[in-house]
Amino acid sequence: MNAPQDKRSFRYVGTRPVRPDGVEKVTGKALYGPDFVAPNMLHGAILRSPHAHARIKSIDLRKAEALPGVKAIVTGADFPTLESLIMAVGESSSDIVHISRNCMAYDKVLYDGHAVAAVAATSGAIARQAIKLIDVEYEVLPHVLDIEEALRADAPVLHEDIFTKGVNPKPDKPSNAALRVEMAKGDLEEGFGKAAVVVSGRYTTEPVHQGYIEPHACVVSWNADGQLQIWTSSQGHFAVRSLTASVLGLSQADIRVTPLEIGGGFGGKTTIYLEPVATLLSRKSGRPVRLAMSRSEVFRASGPAPGAVIDLKMGAAEDGTLVAADIEFKYHAGAYPAITAHSGASSAIAHYKVPNSRVVGWEVLCNRPATKAYRAPGAPQVIFAVECALDELAGKLGIDPVDFRLKNAVRPGDKQFNGMPFGEIGYAECLEAAKAHPHWSAPLGPNQGRGVAGGTWGNYGGPSTAEVSVAEDGSVLVTTGSPDIGGSRASMAIMAAETLQIPYEKIRVTIADTSSIGFSMVTGGSRTTFATGKAVTDAAAEVVEILKERAARTWGVEPSEVDWRDGEAVCLAEGRTDERLPIGRIAGSAPFSGGPISAEAAINPGGYLAGYGVHICDTEVDPETGHVKILRYTAIQDVGQAIHPDYVEGQMQGGAVQGIGWALNEAYLYDKDGRLDNPGFLDYRVPVASDVPMIDTVMIEKANPDHPYGVKGVGEVPIVPPLAAVANAVTHAAGVRMADLPLTPDRVYAALRAAE
Amino acid sequence: MSKLQVSTTINGDPQEFLCDPDTTLLDALREELGLTGSKEGCGSGDCGACTVILDGKMVCSCLVLAGEAEGRQVNTIEGVAEGGELHPVQSNFLELGALQCGFCTPGFIVAAKALLDRDPNPSETEIRYWLAGNLCRCTGYDKIVRAVQDAAAELRQERTPA
Repeated sequence: MNAPQDKRSFRYVGTRPVRPDGVEKVTGKALYGPDFVAPNMLHGAILRSPHAHARIKSIDLRKAEALPGVKAIVTGADFPTLESLIMAVGESSSDIVHISRNCMAYDKVLYDGHAVAAVAATSGAIARQAIKLIDVEYEVLPHVLDIEEALRADAPVLHEDIFTKGVNPKPDKPSNAALRVEMAKGDLEEGFGKAAVVVSGRYTTEPVHQGYIEPHACVVSWNADGQLQIWTSSQGHFAVRSLTASVLGLSQADIRVTPLEIGGGFGGKTTIYLEPVATLLSRKSGRPVRLAMSRSEVFRASGPAPGAVIDLKMGAAEDGTLVAADIEFKYHAGAYPAITAHSGASSAIAHYKVPNSRVVGWEVLCNRPATKAYRAPGAPQVIFAVECALDELAGKLGIDPVDFRLKNAVRPGDKQFNGMPFGEIGYAECLEAAKAHPHWSAPLGPNQGRGVAGGTWGNYGGPSTAEVSVAEDGSVLVTTGSPDIGGSRASMAIMAAETLQIPYEKIRVTIADTSSIGFSMVTGGSRTTFATGKAVTDAAAEVVEILKERAARTWGVEPSEVDWRDGEAVCLAEGRTDERLPIGRIAGSAPFSGGPISAEAAINPGGYLAGYGVHICDTEVDPETGHVKILRYTAIQDVGQAIHPDYVEGQMQGGAVQGIGWALNEAYLYDKDGRLDNPGFLDYRVPVASDVPMIDTVMIEKANPDHPYGVKGVGEVPIVPPLAAVANAVTHAAGVRMADLPLTPDRVYAALRAAE
Repeated sequence: MSKLQVSTTINGDPQEFLCDPDTTLLDALREELGLTGSKEGCGSGDCGACTVILDGKMVCSCLVLAGEAEGRQVNTIEGVAEGGELHPVQSNFLELGALQCGFCTPGFIVAAKALLDRDPNPSETEIRYWLAGNLCRCTGYDKIVRAVQDAAAELRQERTPA
């Protein structure tokens, strides 16, 4: 293998070729979740609860069953009763009982939109007509949406069997506090005693949806022998397989999940909603069944990221050294426990050296859809508060906010919370780049303000399988089990090309179904280019060894007398150094030199490194309306080695704009009965092209020494800094601290008036 | 409910199909005719993933009834490339990495082509407002806008094809 750290030696890594799946996607040929059709397929529809919290007293299916064209109906009673079992869901985990109940309610509905029954019929129109004929008798219960209200002693309790985890002793009564986590070190009192300045405050954010444009959809075809096929778009078809198998008590080998192209996920497609329901409908009807969500179903019934209430106190010494941080945050869990509090607590101040700290996180159940992962799950909310507090501290100390962060930034060798030293991380380099960037020193006009914020995400490795095989003509097939959500086929092909030293265009990448390749974890956690990329690289390196061995056999020399250069074997034996065997000739004669040439790598690599980013944002606040305009935006990130820079920049730009939406527009709005008021893109306002400027990017390429091509995860970091970068910019433009997101015009206007 | 018989022209070819009176043009394209390049992201005209051209005018096909296509010209993403040759908007999307998941891409390409058919030299602001009815959650729009700018320059023959 070539020297990974020597960028100059790379031929393909760092270039920007057209992605292998590109033409299919610009011509409309690529098949996504809602595009797949099976012969003789039925169409499903799901009846959803109109109540935020209610007991299901009875479900009368008779009228629906009598409707011509209805072929199957399922309710919660059709789902097997399960024992509690914690299962991996992406980087997170959930109780399989809760995953099952979230697919279909049984005794209680816990949010507006909770599935209650499903119909399969010969047409979508008949299925939709049939669900209206299902008669459900509810006993409506008091509901709770707000974090603080859900924690009150008299709040309606969602689950009688959930007692707060993480507190000792175990509480004697169930409550909506599902989880408490605490990470503490040093001595807070002593720390604050050393502080020259202390800031404190309460910050809030609202639940926001991942907002992928493709609604959830699948087709399931069950056979009488118990084997079934699922065609679906997800961030991990192996997770679809294991979760569906567990919910329905099936053997994983009986389920073949074929990944369709995925139209965005951002963490929200690491779980299942429809697949077990469609499986039961297919089992009852004996025919393939398609289930697809509408946009309003996506908003009402698939997982948003939690909203948050964050109370925080931080102190710094006269010279700008952070001395203490005391942070307590409370996140919505939604209808079922989530575990974003863990990653929130471990991310909150992970990018700074703070000798005395306590971070406490809570997960709070409430009558909203179960929260799910959204890009760096748990980190943006609490880091929003931390980065706003740092802005205030810097202001009070009269220190430049970038210098202030530089003084306290973690660097390689510093101790992490667990005591291990940081590896080759690049936060300080990001801050240096921010300081040097012309954006940081550009002049501002009236009503304009500039904000800066940093952020971090731990990233992940995780198990991946890849196969590399050589076709008879010397072209190469790479096969993985990692759905391509943003160009990863291109990065896999680049790493394979670099390792095999053959042209990028000679390599084609397939994402195989669950029965055609070994296990890979979800595309999530910023792990795919790192972990699956390493699997591809390892398999390609093994193929190079096989090719050299075959050449050695052909030449009658020792394998050690063969080198591999520019896609061909080079003979090193004395007197024969002119001899060459290109990959195509070795492949063509493979049947006579030992058989087909292919290798598989199934790995669970360590050595992943945390990522860091710094964003700079300029805003202009309209004093007449409170409207905020984003004038200029720069995203700086330590990306490790960028394998395909277009798609690295794309992650940074996309994450930044999602963060801008989180900061300015996006929120779930409920009416007094707990029904979602804005389940559509007209009223749930994601940023559009005219809302944002170009997003300038600066990639800091500090290679990861533990990856063959220096990869660090890049996908999640860029949504962490924007919330505070925007809020700090608006704060400076408006002259008043903005601590509650989103910064809608009415809120900004009210703050401007109050400050007068 | 008896079916409507619709005679229309899709991507230049005469096409007849039967549909219910309340079927949308998007559903007819996707379900009756197998043209799944037009996507449904919302079904309410807010996301633009189903953008098609109806008699030269850009529309959300989820907001048009299939029966309204009677006697008219419909152009979809499947007709943007001519034979095997990509349109400059398509090739510049590829060259600049202007798609990530690709789900919104057909709508953006149909919309961007419609813009450049009207105005071969739009400003950045004009591009952004023209495309404001097309949602992309992956890219932050930066590379999309640049791809449209480059496609415009190529169509004006100011730069060589991507």
